[in-house]
Order: sequence, then C-alpha cells, then structure tokens
Amino acid sequence: MSVAAARHVLPGFRLGMGYTILYLSLIVLLPLAAMVFKSTELTAAQFWAIASGERALASLRITFGASLLAAMINAVFGVLTAWVLVRYPFPGKRFVDALVDLPFALPTAVAGITLATLYAGNGWIGRYLEPLGVKVAFTPLGIVVALTFIGLPFVVRTLQPVIEDIEPELEEAAATLGATRWQTFARVLFPAMLPALLTGFTLALSRAIGEYGSVIFIAGNMPLISEITPLLIVSKLEQYDVAGATALAVVMLVISFVLLLAVNGLQWRLANSRRAGARA
Amino acid sequence: MSIEIRDIGKRFGDFVALDGINLTIPTGELVALLGPSGCGKTTLLRIIAGMESADTGQVLFAGEEATHLHVRERQVGFVFQHYALFRHMTVFENVAFGLRVKPRRERPAEAEIRRRVMELLGLVQLDWLADRYPTQLSGGQRQRIALARALAVEPKVLLLDEPFGALDTQVRKELRRWLRRLHDEVHISSVFVTHDQEEALEVADRVVVMNRGRIEQIGTPDEVYSNPASPFVYRFLGDVNVFHSRLQGVWAEIGRPPSGGAAAASAGSGGAAAEGGIAAPVATDDDAALAFVRPHDIDIVRAPQAGALQATIQDVHAIGPSVRVELAHESELIEVELTRERAEILALRKGEQVWLSPRQVRVFAVPSGGEEFVSGSGI
Repeated sequence: MSVAAARHVLPGFRLGMGYTILYLSLIVLLPLAAMVFKSTELTAAQFWAIASGERALASLRITFGASLLAAMINAVFGVLTAWVLVRYPFPGKRFVDALVDLPFALPTAVAGITLATLYAGNGWIGRYLEPLGVKVAFTPLGIVVALTFIGLPFVVRTLQPVIEDIEPELEEAAATLGATRWQTFARVLFPAMLPALLTGFTLALSRAIGEYGSVIFIAGNMPLISEITPLLIVSKLEQYDVAGATALAVVMLVISFVLLLAVNGLQWRLANSRRAGARA
Repeated sequence: MSIEIRDIGKRFGDFVALDGINLTIPTGELVALLGPSGCGKTTLLRIIAGMESADTGQVLFAGEEATHLHVRERQVGFVFQHYALFRHMTVFENVAFGLRVKPRRERPAEAEIRRRVMELLGLVQLDWLADRYPTQLSGGQRQRIALARALAVEPKVLLLDEPFGALDTQVRKELRRWLRRLHDEVHISSVFVTHDQEEALEVADRVVVMNRGRIEQIGTPDEVYSNPASPFVYRFLGDVNVFHSRLQGVWAEIGRPPSGGAAAASAGSGGAAAEGGIAAPVATDDDAALAFVRPHDIDIVRAPQAGALQATIQDVHAIGPSVRVELAHESELIEVELTRERAEILALRKGEQVWLSPRQVRVFAVPSGGEEFVSGSGI
C-alpha cells in the first residue's frame, strides 16, 4: 500500500513528512550519529576493552537493573495512584493531583540532595531504617529510590486518561455476571489499562536510564557498587577521554534501543491481537 | 422468578428520584418501565439490580428479601444502553465471562463452556462472530452479544436499561421484535427501561408509566394507550390535542353542546356515567378541565355538523403514510392526522375554513380544591 498515493482529508502529506524527518534528524539523529561516529576513533579491540571493563559492566548492571526495578515499582504504585485520583472524590484532590507533577518540575539535583538528606543515617526517614539494617542513602537502594521518584509522573499521567475512559458500567457488568472485585480488576480493568501501563512503564524506564542529577547525590558513587554509567561517562570526559566516554554512551544507546524496541514490540502485538482479531 | 417492589424511595440530595414505588412483576412477564428522562425509571431498575441502594422499602425476589443482597448474588442479567462489552475480549470470551468467573467447583468444564457459549451465540444468531472483537461489530450486534453475555449465567431476572437507545430506528425496530421473540423463547422475567412509548407498547406484556419518581399507571399496552389514567399518561403516549376550558364549557369548546344528540359521554374511573349528556363526575360545573383528543381521532369535514368545531387550516404536511394538518381554532393550535386516502378525498388547502369532528374525547376535570384529576370520556 502506498501511503502517499492514498487521498487524505488533510493536505500536505509530503511537506509534513519532510519536516518531520528533517526535524527528527536535526534533533535526534544527528547528535547520536555524531556520537557513534566519534566512537569509531577507537579500534574494535579498544572499544571492546572499554565496554567490557569490570567497572563499565558493573555500572551498566546497576543503571539498567535499578531503572527496571524503579519502573516496575512505579508501574504498580502508578496504577494505584492514578486509579485513586480518577475514581474517588476526596478533599484536596487537586492538590494531590498537582503533587504528582512535581518530580517533573523539580531540578533533579534538588531531588537527589533532598532524598539523600532524608534517607541518610541521621535523616528523617533514614534514622528509622538504619536500626532495621536498611541502608538507603549511598547504596544501590538509594538509586532505586531516586529513580522511582523521578519516574512516578510518567505512569500516573499516561494512565489517568485511560482510566477516565473505562466506563463504570464495565465494573457493574462484571459484577452482575458474578465476578468478585479481584476478578473484575484482573480480567476487566487491568487488561484495559495494560497498553497505557506499558507506555508509562517505558517512559519511566527511559527516563530512569538517562537520569544523572538526582542519582549522583544519593548513590554514593562507589565504583563497582553504586556507580551508574552516566556518571562513569562524565568522569571519563573530565579526564579528557572523549572516545572512551562515547564508547560507553554507544553501549548504553544500543541497550536502551533494544529494550525500548522490545517493549514497543510487546505493545504492538498487544494492540494488534485486539484489533485484528479474526479479520481473516 | 417474580419481583416485588415494596414502597421503594430514593433521594439524590434534594432530588426525589423515587417516591413510594410499589410494583409486582409476575414470573415470566416482560415489563416496560416507561417515562421521560429523569422520571426515576433507570434508578428503579438499578435498585432492582442492586447497583443502587434504596433509602426506604424492600425488593423481594420470588418472595424472598433481596434488598441488601450484593449485585453478584442477585443473579440478575443486566443489559446496558451502551453495551458495556469487554473490549479486550473476543465475542466468545465476553459471553463466556460469567461462566469463567464462577468459583472453581461450580465452573463448567472448558468443553461445556464452549458448548454453552456457542448455543447462546446461536440464540442471538451471531455464532459466526465468535472470534471477533466488540469494536468490529455494529451497534445492533453488540447489543445482542451483551444480551447473550447476560443470559450465559442463567439469571433469574433480566434487566435492560434502554437497550435500544443507542441504535438507529431501523435496527431498533428489528431488535424490538427480536427481543419479543427471544423472551417468548426463554421466558425469563424481564424488565426494560425505555422512554420510547412505541417501543414499550410494542414489546411489553405490561407497561409501567412513570413520572417524577411515581408510577402513573400500570397496565397492558392496550390499557394504557386507550384508557390513560392521567393527563400525563395521555400526553406521554402519543400526540394529543389539549383543550383548556371550564368543565361546563368543555363540550362547547370542542363543539358539542351538552344536549347535542351525538354526544354520548361516559365517565371514567371515579365518575358517574351520564348517558346522552355531559360526563359530570364528582367535579362541579365551572371547574377547570382539560379535554384530550388524539390527532387521529379527529375527522375534518367541509360542512358544519353537530358537535363539530370550526377551524382554519394553517399547514398540511404529508409524513409517510399519514397527513398531518395544523389548524387554528381561535388562538389554539390543533393537530389532526388523516390517512392519505382521506386527505386526498378532502384535498385540503391552506387558509380553508373546515369543521373538526372528534371521534373520541377524554376529559380530565381539575377540581378547584385539589390536584386530583377526575376523568370522563366522550365517544
């Protein structure tokens, strides 16, 4: 099927498409290409040595591991938060709703410092956790906390309009058919939310992978333990090892891209199986 | 299973949605709750289903108290105006839903579920759509699937909330007949809510006409149409010409002198029959009264005759099989509906002076003291 040949209600397909490609090229593709190009200054062996170095691998593990964990936590509590914000009227609802956006607006460094202060051994929360043997600040757990904080709005904001669209009648219909509350949630509501939840999860995950500001204040940044890849890249740059930094950046880029592609593929399959059904 | 509603009342804030509703629905009957929007009919249906709780009164299923039973335990099938199908499930899974959520020991085996679902899809004549998703179906098909889904759990009562409200006229008519046939087949006590009088009259065994949270009349479609209990019912069931007048003047107003030979009036409920004269129920002369005449109960004649009323033709529209004539009598506008044949014979023109002869008139007197209407009818 030729897209351009089909008649559209709105004119300007060619022009619009042209601008889109130009814009994406300038804003996204060009810098990334330059980065990849820069990394070709290294030989394959050098590249591999940097990418598979012990410190690099540890940082990648912590970056992607913590990001995935944070995105999952956000997925669970994001559903809950969005549900409560949409479905229940309560005093101060607007205030709580505005609160959700704060992690978007706050400078990430401020968030990092605040969290670190709260969770440090003498902080408001840390002082109660420390005796229990739970150390949050300056550990990988701290990274998860920071990434959860900055990723929260993504899940909540993508889910809210979708939950608003779920008619209360669906729940009532399920109840008249004998479904328990849990069955109604698991079989009716959750599947309806799932595509949006995946989108929110992906956004939170991407944001967490690229996060720098808030993490470096709470992580402690101990090599091999709580050092994230973005920090490693910055420290390489500070040593004027530009090629080394780009090598790490390219590795991150590839992993992120594969990850996002996988989630998108999942989403696409989900949407497709629903839409197409038995069209054949 | 029979449904009994005893003295149900419900308020939303200051708004009285239902006020002392008493209604018994015998087993196997198809009952229509008919009324304008905001009359409380949907609220009543939702209270029967258990989705809404009444402030006062009781709901009994087969003589047993069900007022505080959870929706899940009431064994009612509910069909929503906007279908409420599960969009992420196929048609098959939608219908199977009620069977799959049963507790494990009651849940039928997979093969049995398949058989039951296909049987139901066969009943609604859509078994060929089993693998489709609701979004791929037309409105009429969706509503039939919703009905099959509701029937899958073998409910004791079937409740339908404006089931055809979102469909276009053609499909609506078709589904109406289809629902009637289906009801005759499965014979389950059913209540459906509608604001469409034609729908209620065509489909239901009995019609419950509601207004402002109260029941105005309960009766067979024929009863409520030909013998409306109140001016409201008269107005709501079809077009009507209303003449405001004094009771004594009623007949003069519509062209029938009290002693006129053609005038034979008999009083309705609560009134004494008066042969060959005015229906003079409990109300005295000079009380305010309303006279109701259906547009198709008026004939147009060219020559003055006893009991006819002079009027000027203002407009003539041909609407489908009938012709609607708008006439002015003094300041009042009168609508008359003629058959096409009759209209052709008369060959009416705008501005013409003609005489109107009513075939059936119904008078509701408004006693000066209270709100109660006393009715009488003239034939």
